[in-house]
Amino acid sequence: MGVESPAQQKNRFFQFATIESLLMASPIDTHAEYLDPILGRHRHNANDLLQILIAAQDHYGYIHSDAIDHLSEQLKLPRSKIEGVSGFYSFLHLQANGEYRVLFSDNITDRMLGNMDLMQSMCSQLWVEPGKVSEDGLLSINTTSCTGLCDQGPALLVNNIAINRLTRERVNAICELIRERVPVSAWPAMFFAIEDNIRRRDILLDSHTKPGSALAALLQRGTRATLHEIRISALRGRGGAGFSTGLKWEFCRDARGEQHYVVCNADEGEPGTFKDRVLLNGYADMVFEGMTLCARIIGADRGFLYLRGEYRYLLEHLQAVLQHRRQQNLLGNNILGHAGFNFDIEIHLGAGAYICGEESALIESLEGKRGTPRNRPPFPVTHGYLDQPTVVNNVETFAAASLIALHGGAWYAGIGTDTSHGTKILSVSGDCERPGLYEYPFGVTVAQVLADCGAHDTQAVQVSGASGVCIAADEFNRRIAFDDIPTAGAFMVFDQSRDMFEVARNFVHFFAHESCGFCTPCRVGTSLLSNMMDKLAEGHGSPYDFAEIKKLNALLQSTSHCGLGHSACNPVLDTIAKFRPAYDKRLAQKDFVPAFDLDRALSQARQMTGRDDTGAHLERSHESE
Amino acid sequence: MNQNKQTTFTLDGKTIPFSPGQTLIQAAMAAGVYIPHLCFNPEFKPHGSCKVCTVKADGRQTSSCTHQAQDGMMVESNTREINDERRALLQMLFVEGNHFCPSCEKSGSCQLQATAYEMGMMSPHFDHFFPDRPLDASHPDYLLDFNRCILCSLCVRASRDVDGKNVFALSGRGIESHLIVNAKSGRLADTGFSGEDKAAHVCPVGVILKKRVGFAIPIGSRSFDEQPISATPHPQGACPVGPRSNAATLPPHPTVKDV
Repeated sequence: MGVESPAQQKNRFFQFATIESLLMASPIDTHAEYLDPILGRHRHNANDLLQILIAAQDHYGYIHSDAIDHLSEQLKLPRSKIEGVSGFYSFLHLQANGEYRVLFSDNITDRMLGNMDLMQSMCSQLWVEPGKVSEDGLLSINTTSCTGLCDQGPALLVNNIAINRLTRERVNAICELIRERVPVSAWPAMFFAIEDNIRRRDILLDSHTKPGSALAALLQRGTRATLHEIRISALRGRGGAGFSTGLKWEFCRDARGEQHYVVCNADEGEPGTFKDRVLLNGYADMVFEGMTLCARIIGADRGFLYLRGEYRYLLEHLQAVLQHRRQQNLLGNNILGHAGFNFDIEIHLGAGAYICGEESALIESLEGKRGTPRNRPPFPVTHGYLDQPTVVNNVETFAAASLIALHGGAWYAGIGTDTSHGTKILSVSGDCERPGLYEYPFGVTVAQVLADCGAHDTQAVQVSGASGVCIAADEFNRRIAFDDIPTAGAFMVFDQSRDMFEVARNFVHFFAHESCGFCTPCRVGTSLLSNMMDKLAEGHGSPYDFAEIKKLNALLQSTSHCGLGHSACNPVLDTIAKFRPAYDKRLAQKDFVPAFDLDRALSQARQMTGRDDTGAHLERSHESE
Repeated sequence: MNQNKQTTFTLDGKTIPFSPGQTLIQAAMAAGVYIPHLCFNPEFKPHGSCKVCTVKADGRQTSSCTHQAQDGMMVESNTREINDERRALLQMLFVEGNHFCPSCEKSGSCQLQATAYEMGMMSPHFDHFFPDRPLDASHPDYLLDFNRCILCSLCVRASRDVDGKNVFALSGRGIESHLIVNAKSGRLADTGFSGEDKAAHVCPVGVILKKRVGFAIPIGSRSFDEQPISATPHPQGACPVGPRSNAATLPPHPTVKDV
């Protein structure tokens, strides 16, 4: 069958792997030592697999093959499942990945602030290639999807802790600290000083509610009456989809199950969005209070906050808030002395997977699985966590629910427009003087936001992130509202100096990186699209490629399994429609050009022969003929 | 629901009866109507990942393997629009892996190849990814050629749900998604895999191959050489022979094909 040769190659690989693992020998006992307390904390619950893996990696730096043996035995899970889960999440590693793991945030806003030059500088100073581990095993440097610090970028994560406002000096200092092997915990605190940058406050960001006051209002008004207030407030989900919160809670309450669950979606991965980070930092009580209200209404006694891995520096703070609430009897048993009102919240961490912001993928992740979106229906309100009725809402939605419990639904419904009630928090970044958080009543125009944030000479605004919509100057009178420009919160500003093709290309790469890989159209299509955009960037684009992009878009929209595939082409189609010159200048070729570059394929031969004359180049030699 | 009334939906103008809980493809198969599919196998719980079984139900594309049939639903399947989409999905699967049909032992019995013929796929259309996927020939009786994996997860489901072994799993994400086996060495020989397993017999393509039987049935005499996939009982024997779809309009099958 002619397979001997590759098989031999594979055998050689395994011999090598065995020697390597002997050299780095760590008997299983070593792993049991740190794994057993972790397993104990999670009561050996296989549903907590992702949390256990994150904790194991925190301790050891990566998930060692012997550690998997121990976990497999203790959790009674097949090794293939543990490896499959580990392989899904960007932040989990099955091989040593350096004592210092540096990830440069690679949103378009980081790019605009020069993150690539800074990463290149760090790579050359520390003698390591992007995406690889240094030869001495000290560090690795790579890029990662938007880390939600767009208002204070460029940003990076070092061992999952965020550093903002990178400058050349800061990067030099980081290189020195790594060279000197200073533990990250001993690095200057100013590196980690993440700012809230709240620029405009309205009802939510301006509220100073006493913890427990919304719960007291609930107990006084009654559960049914409070749900009624949520209904008449016309509050809709703030995570992007905009489903009626009151209806969702009511459906869940009415769904039959052994247990009901409340889940707060803090997997804020949409590029350019960072409002939930600020809410969790400064308004965590309101968020937890909203979750507790929901629990009372739907009859849940367990809740989860799913915190994206990029925000793990908020974990201790959030744990402290939860602990304080338990002490004040705002969580736990018989909340506020009300017999049978029992509820508590656990925090689960994500590990670098945008798709887990999709609610059914988030639930899979909570259950310790790969974050693949489920087939729907059934929906989480009837079959969510462990197939039980579950409410999944955004951070901002829960915070707004606490306000409504306090001030009433009619009050809330009176704010905003006739069709979009209440306020919306925008995360403003990009080309403006005052990036940060802006809370507005629904109905605010794009132009107003631009004026408030100090944007000049604006070419375009990307609203609601990579999967959102690109707004050109002639549309700046449009409004932020469910029936005009709906948004999950991102508001990225691009001035006239920016190349909108590169904006779209950055987003397309993002989708290809974040596709879960479950369905064919998204798994393959996002990568095809990414390659097509690269082909255009390299000057090999032709009108043929335009037609191809349009066809791919139609296919992704009609056949993808979830919203990621449905929206992956949006940035390209929007920018083609509105910023055509940015593409036209890349269409050097009138006819079709293959993506395979014959001349580039000869570069290795040129390098080996030391030649670079005309005869050693395909295209140039053709021209000379 | 009135128990006396037979619930039906319309598929390309034909009335298809169904019982509650049946998905569109299950009801269509029971009625002898072929809907192209790869990750669906009537013996397993529908997965809905390959999307080749996409149909248009009441005006919206959906996976017919996971979409429950509803009374009065209007479903389009064998239309130009839907078949164009299926062909593009098949082309994606072809360029994602390394599918060299002329040298593949599964040629003629391969559902990917046969479905591509059925859909009139004449070229891969997209640029190839040419992934680097080493073979696993460690097992004495079976060979794994990951180059042909289409991530349908049938072996994963068979091993987990039928064999109770979890020999196979998916790892990685996005275009890096790949099949792994349940062994510390990463080798099939070190798993509990056996030729008796259900998982050894569900691969719709040429990943899981029995050794020493290569080309025992000559190319030209294999299942889909005899008749197109739309007219072939399901490889697992659960689909009755149905009317041919658009394969009738295609030229006769060549024994090797240009992909």
